Amino acid sequence: MGALDTKADAMEAWNRPPVITPEGEGELLELSMGPHHPSTHGVFRMDVTLDGERVLKLKPVFGYLHRNHEKIAEGAAYLASMPYTDRLDYFCSLTNNWAYALAVEKLVGQAVPERAEYIRVILAELTRVQNHASAIGFLIQEMGASGTPLMYAFREREKILDLFESLTGSRMMCNYMRFGGCRVDVSEAWLQATRKVVGELPKFVDEFEELLTGNEILMARTQGVGVLKPDLAVNASITGPMLRASGVNYDIRKVDHYGIYDRFQFRVPLGDHGDIYDRYMVRVLEMRESIGILEQALKEVPGGPVMDPKAKIRGFRPKPGEAYGRIEAPKGELGFYLISRGGAEPYRYRVRPPSLINLTVLEDMCLGHNVADVVLIFGSVDIVLGEVDR
Amino acid sequence: MEEIKAAIEAAVAGAGVTIVRNESPSGQHSLLIDPPHAVPVARFLKDGELKLDFLSNVTGVDWLDKEVAEKVKVTKQVAKEVDSPEGKRTQMIEETVEETRKHVEPGYLEAVYHLFSVEKKDGPVTIRMRTANRVDQVQLPSLTPIWRGAEFQEREVFDLYGIVFTGHPDLRRILMWDGFKDHPMRKDYVEPDDYEYEPTAHDHVATRAKQHQEKQEVGSRE
Repeated sequence: MGALDTKADAMEAWNRPPVITPEGEGELLELSMGPHHPSTHGVFRMDVTLDGERVLKLKPVFGYLHRNHEKIAEGAAYLASMPYTDRLDYFCSLTNNWAYALAVEKLVGQAVPERAEYIRVILAELTRVQNHASAIGFLIQEMGASGTPLMYAFREREKILDLFESLTGSRMMCNYMRFGGCRVDVSEAWLQATRKVVGELPKFVDEFEELLTGNEILMARTQGVGVLKPDLAVNASITGPMLRASGVNYDIRKVDHYGIYDRFQFRVPLGDHGDIYDRYMVRVLEMRESIGILEQALKEVPGGPVMDPKAKIRGFRPKPGEAYGRIEAPKGELGFYLISRGGAEPYRYRVRPPSLINLTVLEDMCLGHNVADVVLIFGSVDIVLGEVDR
Repeated sequence: MEEIKAAIEAAVAGAGVTIVRNESPSGQHSLLIDPPHAVPVARFLKDGELKLDFLSNVTGVDWLDKEVAEKVKVTKQVAKEVDSPEGKRTQMIEETVEETRKHVEPGYLEAVYHLFSVEKKDGPVTIRMRTANRVDQVQLPSLTPIWRGAEFQEREVFDLYGIVFTGHPDLRRILMWDGFKDHPMRKDYVEPDDYEYEPTAHDHVATRAKQHQEKQEVGSRE
C-alpha cells in the first residue's frame, strides 16, 4: 500500500471495502505478540498469523532469559546448584529444592528423617496454595479485572511468604532443602504461626470463589475456550493442573508416593471439558485439597533431627550412575536427571521444566480463537519464564 | 528390564536392544536401542501391552572421545648378539614384549527418553539412542511423531547438543538465536571471548582477563 499523501487519500482508504480473496478469506496479518507484552508473564513472544481476529497459526518463541543453567550446574558441585534451582520457577523455590534434593537422594540412596519429610510436605503445599492463588489472580487480571482479584491473592501470598522468610531467611529464594533433610529446624512458634495461617486459608478460598466462580463474565470468557482433549494432553506430555483439567487422573503425589504423601488423605480434582474454566476450577479445588493436607501434616509433626546424621556433606561424590527424580510441582511434573561419573560435579544435570513442555500444545489450543482469547489461554497454562528458558 | 527387552525383540523383528546397567542405588537401568529400529520399537512401547503413553523427559548427553591405554603383549624380532663358534654375530630372535598402546574410542551423542505409563501408573522406563560419532554422523530418528511431547525437547537437544532428529516436523533452534553457530552444552564447547573490564578481577575472572589481554596483544602485534 502506498503512502497516504492527502486527507482525501486517507478518507478513500478508510472507506475502501476490505480485500476479499475468491476463497472468501481476508488478508492475513502476521503479528508478533511480545516479547515485552503485559500478558506474556515476562519476555516471551508469539508469532501469530491472523485472519481478522481469528488465529490461524501460532508459534511460541522464547529463550530471552536463557543462561544455560544446566551447563553452569555441570561445572559446580552438587550442593552449589541448590540455590540456583530457586531461580528456575521463582514462585515455587521450595518445590524446586525438593525436586533436586529428591533426585540426588535417589542417586546416592540417601534416607530422609521423618521430621524433615513433614516439613517438606508442609512447605510444598504452602507453595502450591500461593502459586495457584497468584496464577488465578494473573489469569483474571488478563481478562481485564485490573487488580482486585490479584490483590486478594497477593494478600494471602504475603502471609505465606512471611512464613517462608521467618524459616529460611528469604521470601522467594529459599534455598532450604539439603540432600538428606532440611537446612534448619522449625520452631514450635513457627508451627503455631503456620497453623494460624492455614486455619484462615479456607475462608480466603471461600471469599475468592464467591468473587469469581459464579461470575458471569468469567464464565462467558472461559467456558469452551482453549479446549484440550485428554488423549492429546497425555501424548504431548502435559502435566499438572492442565492435565487434570482435561480429565486425566494423574497426580505424581498419588502415583509415586514420594516423600510421605501416602500418609495423607486427599482427592485429585479432575476437570470435565478441559477448557480454561476447568483449569481455573481445578486450581481452586487443589488449593482446598492442599489445605486439607496441611491440616493433617501440622497435627502430627514428629520430633527428631531434620538432617540425616549419616548424610555426607563434605567431599560429596556420588558413585557412578544416574537417576531421574520427579515431583508434582504446582505447575506440573518437575524432574531432575543426573549422571554421575564419580566426581564432585554432575556429569549431566538436566531439568525437566513443566512450564516449557506445557507450552507444546499452546498452538493447538489457540487455533480458531480470537486474539483476546490467546491471552487467556496462555494465562491458563501458568508458566514462569525463568523455568521455560533456564 | 529383561522382560521388556524380550517383549521388544519378540514384537519388532531384528531390533537390537542392549541393557545398560546403572550401578547407582536408584536402580534405573536403561535400554539402548539401535536407531534404525527406534521408531517401530517406540510405537510398540506406546501401543503394546506396556502402554508407555507418557514421554516425560527427553535429553541429550555428550560423551567425548576417549583415549584408551591398554597393555598388549607383542612378539617382535629383536636383533641380538649371539656367541657362536665363528665368533660373535647378530641374529634375529623372537621376543615377547609388553607394550602400552593407545587408541581413541570415538565419542558419541546420546539421546535419553524417560517413559511412564499414565494408564498403568508405572515407570520410568529409560530408553537411549546413540549417534555414530560426534562430528558428522549425528542423525537420530525423531520420536515426535509418536509422542508429541518430544517436540520442544528434541528441538532443545538439537539446539544445545547438535543431534539432528530426522523426521522432526519443525527442527529449529529453540533457546539460542537462529544465527548461533555452536552447540553450547557439548563438553568441548569454547566460550566466546566476551570479557568485560572488571576493576577487582579475581579467580577465574582474573584468568579470563589475562587470556583476553594476551589475545589483544597478539592482535595488535600482527
